[in-house]
Amino acid sequence: MIVFYYIIFPGFLTAFILGGIASWTERKLTAKIHARVGPPFLQPFYDIIKLFIKEVTIPDSASKTIFMLSPIIAFASVPIVATIVGINFLNPEYGFNGDLLVCVYLLLIPSIAIILGSSASGNPLASIGASREMKLVLSYELAFWAALTVPIIRTNTFRLSDLMEYQVLNGATAGSWSGIIAFIVAIICIQAKLARVPFDMPEAETEIAGGAYIEYSGALLGFFKMSQYMMLVVLPVFLLQIFWGPLNSPITILKYLLLLFIIVLIENTNPRLKIDQAVKFFWFGLFPLGIISIILAVLGM
Amino acid sequence: MSIGGILSRSIWVFHFSSAACNNCDIEIIDALTPRFDLERFGIKLVGSIKHADCMLVCGSMNRKGAERLKFLYDIAPKPIVVVAFGSCAASGGIFAPSYYFNGPVDSIVPVDAYIPGCPPRPEAIIDGIVKVVKKLRNV
Repeated sequence: MIVFYYIIFPGFLTAFILGGIASWTERKLTAKIHARVGPPFLQPFYDIIKLFIKEVTIPDSASKTIFMLSPIIAFASVPIVATIVGINFLNPEYGFNGDLLVCVYLLLIPSIAIILGSSASGNPLASIGASREMKLVLSYELAFWAALTVPIIRTNTFRLSDLMEYQVLNGATAGSWSGIIAFIVAIICIQAKLARVPFDMPEAETEIAGGAYIEYSGALLGFFKMSQYMMLVVLPVFLLQIFWGPLNSPITILKYLLLLFIIVLIENTNPRLKIDQAVKFFWFGLFPLGIISIILAVLGM
Repeated sequence: MSIGGILSRSIWVFHFSSAACNNCDIEIIDALTPRFDLERFGIKLVGSIKHADCMLVCGSMNRKGAERLKFLYDIAPKPIVVVAFGSCAASGGIFAPSYYFNGPVDSIVPVDAYIPGCPPRPEAIIDGIVKVVKKLRNV
């Protein structure tokens, strides 16, 4: 049964199909903002299938085992989060104490896999990408954890199902002062977690030519792309679950689309930051905001 | 859907410019802008040859450029389509009698499609894409 949950529903296959549709929505919205027509509906799936048809090249300078293993690590970790997040909708009894923390740590693994893989590829631009990714992780994780502390303080629990139950009884966490500040901080943090503009300096196509992914081709790049698609669906739903419940009605889809729209809008109206600006922004801009929301939450507001 | 069908629906383009006068480069970007919008065919520019399905070569080949073009073609993941973009890449254009000219692109790597013009008009670029799509369908 656990294999079914992991591979079919709500794990890999569901997250991948929904993620592909979300990725199409993102590209279509971007095209609409540019006054273009945009790609066809199945474009994300064509891209993935094409990448799996193409030849896989491994550079001579690469450390081969880690180079080939890290896309698969990134790819394998996201469906676990999808399973934990999704299973709490189906049957809250399957949740366990501390699954919130497990989710946040698992969501960090794709970034670590990118750092590992790009460092192993032996390309100078990839190592710049790896160093930027590392700095970005160090900067946004601080603010992200500060934001996540608020619902934990308000509900006194680490269980996702208890967080959802609390919101069914008392209304959304984001409905309070502390909750809304923490929610905004978390939304900006997932923008960095998804590596979207203005925080896309690890890949920076126009500047370091794909950065961390520069040496990846074919199926290995396909695994990274698939984990990105899945992240695009899993991360916003995870945030909705802890901040903007209750999620037991079809309005949830609208909430998700609103969150996706905010992500796309930020992506299309901002230039790319330099890495030092990003670190300053997260440490001295967002982290104090997170601290304020924690203080408000402790005061019960 | 066949393998060629999938390949022709998602063409990622790597842009190689050797000693170009920059006119071709601007026209390539123009083809991605709202008026012609090549993303509706799944075409996008990528920064690394390792992600590319199509190598777009423009400019007149000098000796250093030719060396790098050969290298990039060798490390590219196959199947890859090479397109000679503009008069300079196809024949040398006005730079053909010049002392640094090192032959047209097809004397260095095999070329699958030519897009004529100096610089090519967007209609010519779209015609070139049709050639590339036909080529990829038969892979």
